[in-house]
Amino acid sequence: MSTYNFDYLDELEAEAIHILREVAGQFEKPALLFSGGKDSITLVRLAEKAFRPGKFPFPLVHIDTGHNFEETITYRDQMVERIGEKLIIGSVQESIDQGKVVEQTGKNASRNALQTVTLLDTIAKYQFDACIGGARRDEEKARAKERIFSVRDEFGQWDPKRQRPELWNIYNGKIHKGENIRVFPISNWTELDVWNYIRREKIELPSIYFSHERDVITRNGQLMAASPFLNMDDEDIVERKQVRFRTVGDMSCTAAVESDAFLIDDIISEISASKISERGARLDDKVSEAAMEDRKKGGYF
Amino acid sequence: MNILKFFTAGSVDDGKSTLIGRLLYDTDSILADQLEALQSSNRKNDDGTIDLAILTDGLRAEREQGITIDVAYKYFQTEKRKFIIADTPGHIQYTRNMVTGASTANLAIILIDARNGVVEQTIRHSYIVSLLGIKHVVVCINKMDMVDYSETIYNSIIEKYKILAQQLKLTDVTYIPVSALKGDNVVQTSENMDWYEGESLLHFLEKVDTDSLDKSQLARMPVQWVVRPQTAELHDYRGYAGRVLSGTFNLNDKVTVLPSGASSIVEKIEFFDQTLDAAHAGQSVIIHLKDDVDISRGDTIVNASALPQETKLIEADLCWMDTRALDTSIMYNIQHNSKITKCKISEILHKVDINTLEKHAAEEFKLNDIGRVIIKTADALAFDLYDDNRANGSAILVDTRTNLTIGALMFRAAVE
Repeated sequence: MSTYNFDYLDELEAEAIHILREVAGQFEKPALLFSGGKDSITLVRLAEKAFRPGKFPFPLVHIDTGHNFEETITYRDQMVERIGEKLIIGSVQESIDQGKVVEQTGKNASRNALQTVTLLDTIAKYQFDACIGGARRDEEKARAKERIFSVRDEFGQWDPKRQRPELWNIYNGKIHKGENIRVFPISNWTELDVWNYIRREKIELPSIYFSHERDVITRNGQLMAASPFLNMDDEDIVERKQVRFRTVGDMSCTAAVESDAFLIDDIISEISASKISERGARLDDKVSEAAMEDRKKGGYF
Repeated sequence: MNILKFFTAGSVDDGKSTLIGRLLYDTDSILADQLEALQSSNRKNDDGTIDLAILTDGLRAEREQGITIDVAYKYFQTEKRKFIIADTPGHIQYTRNMVTGASTANLAIILIDARNGVVEQTIRHSYIVSLLGIKHVVVCINKMDMVDYSETIYNSIIEKYKILAQQLKLTDVTYIPVSALKGDNVVQTSENMDWYEGESLLHFLEKVDTDSLDKSQLARMPVQWVVRPQTAELHDYRGYAGRVLSGTFNLNDKVTVLPSGASSIVEKIEFFDQTLDAAHAGQSVIIHLKDDVDISRGDTIVNASALPQETKLIEADLCWMDTRALDTSIMYNIQHNSKITKCKISEILHKVDINTLEKHAAEEFKLNDIGRVIIKTADALAFDLYDDNRANGSAILVDTRTNLTIGALMFRAAVE
């Protein structure tokens, strides 16, 4: 027998590929939710490893809040071009224009919550029965309890008390019409694992993950990118700082951290030493202790 | 660096969540903002220190009731190893969650309250560990601070546990006296127990051999997906994608495809842009065969010289996981890796009282019941016995009316 070195990244990778292939095998109309963030970019690489030289058995779906970092959209379009797979865009602006959701007002207005409606509409329109997402269990404690195959009812709701037991490496993808399953292939990865994987695989990322100069304001102790999407008033003082983003969400709810990390190695050392967890830079989790659990029950990613 | 997956059995009263909280806290795996949320929470220990259990009690209902309902997964790493913890509830009404958490673990931590010793739930938890075939067991005698760190009490508990371990055929058992609340022997070796010469829990977890390299000859790969690009340049490309469950496939190995029984030879093994000489247990690969055989999802490629069992009647241990009781008159789906077929539970051989380990005859099978049954499947399954090959010896039952996962099966014998 030949010797081989199967380290933790290999194991996490093999598990994720197995899960992606289960999605392909068990569902009629799956989709991969692509946000332009590092986790969904990692999913795309894993999908390449699962299905090449064949095509992906699913399209990429981007729920576009319209409040994107420009760098993310450029990255998205170039990546889709490179991999030659189909991209479907669900637009929050369209949901607003159709009167399905109402734009929030006030200082902390964000389109983050509105995405849920657009996502559910997009799922209904294309009749997706499984949506692959890049959520991880280390992000947040409600997520720590979510299954890899997580059933959502017709209204997109997650019911933590009615989760199916998930045993060994066997995933039950059977659902009733109208329901769908959210699938999280990198559930068992940590933020550091994702970065180490990106480094190992030499995956390119949108530039906002790396240190750059940007106009920011400080709000609730967090650095927010100054942009037309942020409701600013005289109290907000715009400063120019050297920052980077640890997650890539809607511009109005994703905070930056001050950083001199220009390279992946810098980022990895920064995270290893960091005292703020990744979701700590998300204002949307700060509302209450059960914020994420409530949003997931309502159909959020 | 590799991964150790372990699960913890014990109830809140044993300080299980506190133990996990302590492992995370003392390995600096809690970040500043999580700590801040923890400190601002209203739940504190009697002496005003942070209640570390909050770290693992994720759902609102659990925080309100102070119990662990579901399996929570937690992650931490040291310089030596990456750890995945399945934190499972210990009450009897959550037996199914414990079985779930145990199913993917290589090691189990069983907590015993030093004040109470081996009690009913210790037996229950240990039984589940033996049922699920977890190789390594660490028995943590917790709350040593509340018995004055007494060596006598510790020794009398492990003497009792040894009898239980023997009864359950648990061969690899390690005992550690700890106080999760105070931190004794969890990460740091305790100064309060000079008489204990072993390692702290973390040091043990860091070096225990997990045998990640599966040396078995039982090469098995269930086909999940057939890769067929059907492009001009890859017109004849036909690759079988799957994850090697156990054993090793080498180039030129003779293989058999089940259920058809067709034989062929491994012609090529691919992993994305690499071509490999061998595919080992745990790897997700694409295998090409020399002959043009008809293979689809649900089929299994196996080593031709070590064939699995292949029957439609299987004796198995069953853990029932649904609120609706087992109905021997209806058909369920059985899912065995990528294969799904219909089945019936044709006979209940016995049920086990998991608090006393006594077996008794039974007519009905309800939520959290565990026992031995005979299953009759519509198509034959290519399986191994659970004790020989956990990955190919397990299956789940799915209720076709509700689509819920209602049972966990561990195959014990082929019925001729």
